[in-house]
Order: sequence, then structure tokens, then C-alpha cells
Amino acid sequence: MNLKHRERLVMALPFIGPVLLYLLWSLALSAKWVSPTLLPAPNATFEYMGHLFITGAIFKDLWATVLRTFYAFLIACVIGVPLGVILGSSVPAYRSVEFLIDFFRSTPSSALIPLFMLIFGITDLNKIAIAAFAAVLVILFNSAYGVMNAKKTRVMAAKTMGISNFHIFKDVLLMESLPQTFVGLRTGVSLALVIVIVAEMFIGSEAGLGHRIIDAQQVFNIKDMYSSILITGALGYALNLIFMAIESKLVHWSGKA
Amino acid sequence: MSTNPPRTHVTIRNLSKEFGGVTLYKDFNFEIPYGKIVSIFGPNGCGKSTLINMIAGLIPYDSGQVLFDGKDLKDTKIGYVFQNYRDALFPWMSSRDNIAYPLRRTGMSEEKVSTRVEELVKLFEIRFNLDLYPYELSGGQQQTISIMRALAPKPEILFLDEPFSALDFEMTLFIREKLQEANITTGTTMMIVSHDLEDAVFLADEILLLTRRPTSIASLLHFDMPKPRLPEAISHPEFIEIKSKALEIFQAEMRK
Repeated sequence: MNLKHRERLVMALPFIGPVLLYLLWSLALSAKWVSPTLLPAPNATFEYMGHLFITGAIFKDLWATVLRTFYAFLIACVIGVPLGVILGSSVPAYRSVEFLIDFFRSTPSSALIPLFMLIFGITDLNKIAIAAFAAVLVILFNSAYGVMNAKKTRVMAAKTMGISNFHIFKDVLLMESLPQTFVGLRTGVSLALVIVIVAEMFIGSEAGLGHRIIDAQQVFNIKDMYSSILITGALGYALNLIFMAIESKLVHWSGKA
Repeated sequence: MSTNPPRTHVTIRNLSKEFGGVTLYKDFNFEIPYGKIVSIFGPNGCGKSTLINMIAGLIPYDSGQVLFDGKDLKDTKIGYVFQNYRDALFPWMSSRDNIAYPLRRTGMSEEKVSTRVEELVKLFEIRFNLDLYPYELSGGQQQTISIMRALAPKPEILFLDEPFSALDFEMTLFIREKLQEANITTGTTMMIVSHDLEDAVFLADEILLLTRRPTSIASLLHFDMPKPRLPEAISHPEFIEIKSKALEIFQAEMRK
């Protein structure tokens, strides 16, 4: 095998999984493992999905979910990053709230939906609030650990240069915490999306992908349900890709130094 | 060359330090002359690095006094080169910005900053691209950058904690030569901790040999072989003589 062939083969590798899934999906139907009333044909599903985009029928729901996730994430960032950095720069301060952070971080946020419904009612704000709550803890936790795990040598190096404490904090500690903070942001946005979808399903809403999925299921619009699920998946995947791209640009040294 | 006795630069008086109930230093006294290179050598765990870290203000001491030409540390410009250059450089800045960082923080104008960086580039004969990030450079290049950064603000005294221990022999030779040059041209006092006797002797005007804990001075050897010393100096009888003398004292210390 020559080099060109091998290169092509390596480039084809990422497509093997999706193609296998497609074949399995087709096989499951043609072999009658699954009833077509529960699983539509893959081609028909993709055709339906294309139709959703061409007619624009999906945009209202897609946009609603994106917007809620974005707001939730924004709120979580504005609270989580500064608070995490402040707590992380004082180990005693972090230790005193560590239990709360770890406890609520371990609590599935969906368990708190009823509580949030009591507080916020069945509103859009509720969905954003619960998703922000889910994201803020993981963001805070990662920012705090980013600061706490800052390389002591770099701080000492700045100290020997006679740099003021404020500038050591700003120039060294904050920069040191960035790679870990980005791990928190990436996890946070995924968590926010999960909770927004769940909230859209169970807290009455007019629009949103979660709302669309459960509606389609209720009226047994199977093609619409599968399409919406795939679109939700694609949204989550896209968010992850966007964050990875920003990360490799902004914290280029992550994992290298 | 003046024949006057060298002026004292750093005065260490009655320095005491305990670590978890174990006495490391008790009433330690030492004087470092101006513009000289002092190498610190001693048994493992005797606190070589602790000593320079206390002098450089990175570790607090329990009692005693350290004065730089009569001044406190806070009024003294120092430089410090760490053993682990990878953890000491700022990976979010280019190599050039790393060197310029301590200068910029003092509010120096960009023009003066780049003049100073160029001076260092010339002194260290830098031929690699300074716009690269530290993690894109070899270990030896990174340690060169951290020495340039430490020297950039023209410190009165430069501390080096095992600066060669992570370098290959070729880089060790290069950095030894450059440190010697920096010392001769700028007159910067230097304190070097080393676990390699040859490195310790090569640059030294004074070799400070330490005892086991509680640490005191086993011996202070003066080594006035003329400078600049070439790499071949290590096989010169004078060099071998002082090296074996230091080894003898070290071994006697180990047997205690």
C-alpha cells in the first residue's frame, strides 16, 4: 500500500462509525427486528429532516432552545467564573463551601425542577434558571481548581521579579486557571443544553426542541421525533466543536506546558 | 583588577530555620562578596535550595537577618532561575514577551524594553525565533529564556537553583559560558545551587560546602583560577586540585 492510499484510508476512518450505524438502522428494519411504527426508515427520516430545514419549520424550536441554553450559560459564566476564581485564590474559603458545591454538583439538576417551578412558576425564566444552576456549579468548581492548581513555580517566579500581588493574580493566577476554566465552560454548556431540553419537556412551553420531541411522541409523529432528536444531538455536538475551537485558540498552551 | 578585599554584598546574620520541629539552620552566618559567583554544594537534604530560597524571599525564615548592601530584600532587585524552566516560564506569552514581562511591569517604555531584549539577544547569541512560545522550544532554549528573563531587569544578584540539572551536556556548556560572560560583563553577583561538583566548581569564585543537618558551613573554598574559564579548564591541574579538595570535604561530611 502506498502512502497516498494510507492517507486516504486514515481520512475515511471517522466515517466508518456513522456508515455502520446507518447500515444497522436499515438492517434492523429490513430484517424486521424493529417495527416500522417505532423506527422510520433512515432515508425517510433524513428526507423529513431536510424538509424541516427547507420549510423553516424547525427554526422556531431550534432557536428557542439555542437562546435558552445561551442565556443559561451566560448567567452561569458571569457568576461561576469570578466566584470560582475568588474562592480558588483562598483555599480556606473554598474548603468552607466545598461540601455545598460537591453536593449540588452531584445532585441531578432535573431533580430540582419541581422546586424551581414553585419559585419561578411555569415560565421561560424557570427553564433558564434551572439550566444556569446546573452549569454554574461545574463552571465554578473548575475555575476554582484552575486557580488552586496554578503552578507554584510561576507564582514564585513572578514574586522574585518584584511583581505586586494584584498583578501576580491578574497576570499569572488568572492565566494559569484558563485551561481548567475552559474545561468547565465546555462541560457547563453541555449540561445547560441537557437541562434546557429536559425542562422544555416537562415544564410547559410553546417552543423548543425538547418540547418538539415530546409533542411528536404524544401524537406519534415518529419521523418528527427522530428528526428532532438528531437535530438536538447535532446541536450539542456543534456546541462542543465551537468550544474546542475557541479553546485551542485562546488557551493554546493547554496540555503543552 | 583591584587588590582591595572585595566589598560584602549579601550579609546573612544568625539565620535560623526549623522544618516540622527539625532544625535546618541555627544561627547561620555568611557573607557574599560583590560581583562574585558563589556555588553551594552539600549533601542531599542539607537545605541548599532552602538557603537561597530564604535569601531570595521565597521561603520565610524563623529568625535572623539578610541584608543586601545594607538594604532589605524589598528594596533589592533580584533575579531567580528555577531548576524547572518548564514550570517557571509563562506559556501564554511568546519567549520575547517572557523576557520583556518584568521590564513592562516596571512601566518601562516599549522602546527601552526592546533595546534591553536586543542586548540580551546579543549577549546570549540567540539564533532561534523568540516569537515562539516556550513550549515550542527545546529544554536548553527554554532555560536560556528563563535566564534572560531573570537578567532583563539588571538584578543586583542572580539566584540559580540547579539550573543545569535538566539539561544535556552541550546545553550545560553553553549556559555555563553565558553565565560566566554575564557575570564578567555586568558584575552581577550570583549564587548557584548545584548537585554536580564540576558545575559548582567551574563558575565559582567561592565554593560554599555545607554540612548535614543542622546545616552549617563545612568549608569555604576560594577558587581564583582566572576568568573567563574555557571548557578545557576542567582538566587543568588547578581545577582538579580544588575539585578533589571539595570532594574530600564532602566525603568527610558524608561519613559523619
